[in-house]
Amino acid sequence: MPSRLLRGLALVAFAGFFLLPLLALLNFSTRDLITGARTATAWKGLVEDPTMSEAIRTSLLLAVLSVGGMVLLLVPTMVWVRLRVPRASRLVEFLCLLPLAVPPLVIVVGIKDVYAWVYYFIGDSPLTLAFAYVILVLPYSYRAIDAAMSGIDVRTLAEAARSLGAGWTTVIARVIVPNIWSGILGAAFVAIALVLGEYTFASLLHYNTVPVAIVLLGKSNAPTSMAAALASIVVTFALLLVLSLLDRRRHLRRST
Amino acid sequence: MPFLAYVAIFLVIPIVTVAVGAFQGAGGGFTMAQIRTLGDATVLRSLWRSLELSLASTVLGAVLGSLLAFLIVDLAPTHPLRRGVSAICGVLAQFGGVTLAFAWMATLGFNGLLTNLLADAFGFSDAGYSWLYGTPGLILVYTYFQIPLMVIVFLPALEGLRPQWREAALNLGATRWQYWTRVGFPLLRPAFLGSALLLFANAFAAYATAAALVSQGSTILPLLIRSALTSEVVLGQQNLAYALALEMVVVVAVVMGLYAWLLRRTSRWLP
Repeated sequence: MPSRLLRGLALVAFAGFFLLPLLALLNFSTRDLITGARTATAWKGLVEDPTMSEAIRTSLLLAVLSVGGMVLLLVPTMVWVRLRVPRASRLVEFLCLLPLAVPPLVIVVGIKDVYAWVYYFIGDSPLTLAFAYVILVLPYSYRAIDAAMSGIDVRTLAEAARSLGAGWTTVIARVIVPNIWSGILGAAFVAIALVLGEYTFASLLHYNTVPVAIVLLGKSNAPTSMAAALASIVVTFALLLVLSLLDRRRHLRRST
Repeated sequence: MPFLAYVAIFLVIPIVTVAVGAFQGAGGGFTMAQIRTLGDATVLRSLWRSLELSLASTVLGAVLGSLLAFLIVDLAPTHPLRRGVSAICGVLAQFGGVTLAFAWMATLGFNGLLTNLLADAFGFSDAGYSWLYGTPGLILVYTYFQIPLMVIVFLPALEGLRPQWREAALNLGATRWQYWTRVGFPLLRPAFLGSALLLFANAFAAYATAAALVSQGSTILPLLIRSALTSEVVLGQQNLAYALALEMVVVVAVVMGLYAWLLRRTSRWLP
């Protein structure tokens, strides 16, 4: 074990390296560029600037849609594979982890044709980005949900519920999901963090989300873009804290 | 099964489009023209810069990240310091690069916090540091998200190093130095190399940080893909983007293949 002093010094150095840029964001976004006086103009711009406020709405909606889509797509599939077609589990795992080996930039390059069809059937809304985001979050969500499902006996639970007359929707929504809640929360957190910060798809498919708006405003209204950058990272961090607290509350309740 | 259909549409079709498009001319026929373009001096130079950037940020990230993991590993999992480091690392490693690029612009750019502090204290120029927008800046900002990723992927391996092994070695008369050089490091080597490969793939595939930091020019491979995608002027550029994307996939696939192989070796002794 390294000595206390050495460890303390090293940790302080790391903390300095990681906190300095965040402090710089705070400093930059609360200062008048010409006079140097403190001002909240940049933060007001988050709500008042039409590009930014619209981007914030879009990004938050996208986060909700992507998490919803991910859960709807993944949970029934994984339950189904475990109960009925265990042979397919390798294929599902491979497909879920594939986005780790294929950079998002490559998927964007190839997805233009698919999006031409999405545009044709659904229309031109930034919310259609959620389709691609579900793919991006698959590897992380798969791992979190798979770990949670390995911790419970899915087959027994499902058979018990079925023999008591529950349909498949009830089995999944009211028996399986409550038991793997911590895995779903973990998956949801990573998905939210990823969607709120995602730039590659949004910028190259020309949709206005928070990171795109940050880059756009970076030239014309730097303080507001800095405020948005800090706000997005603080919001993500707060979400993580809330989710981990929720998780701990559930554990406490179960153990009492 | 809806899952298979969904993944086929939004993941498999794009990959196939890239793989096929790389060998197609603007008219649709088979051609090797795009693949040959990959040998051009500009493309080779940006590939080389990308590899350099990935390697530099990987070495820095892997060394500093494993050091940070080492500093917190013997704290109890519920210790607030350890929880805090894990939480911050989780956010910084997953979070998009745009925010991080802007955070560093607010630090070292024009009117940045550190720029102004250095200007006040030592009389340096307050115009901001232009190296931030070149390769050194990219290495710095990449390292900022590589260290947290290293902590996340390397901490489990470090935890797997059981205290009994150290006690056994010390009981048998080994010094701490001998324990680390003969037992600790050899056991951790596959995990360390595997984590480093993951960092390399992560850096090589990253786009947002570079795109936000370098608004013009295409110094590295991802930015070259951007300019091939967005330039509407030159015909056939779309297919060049396919070829460049294919090149990127090949590099990342090789690295991830090695990673999977090392992971299998590590899992032999991890709990």
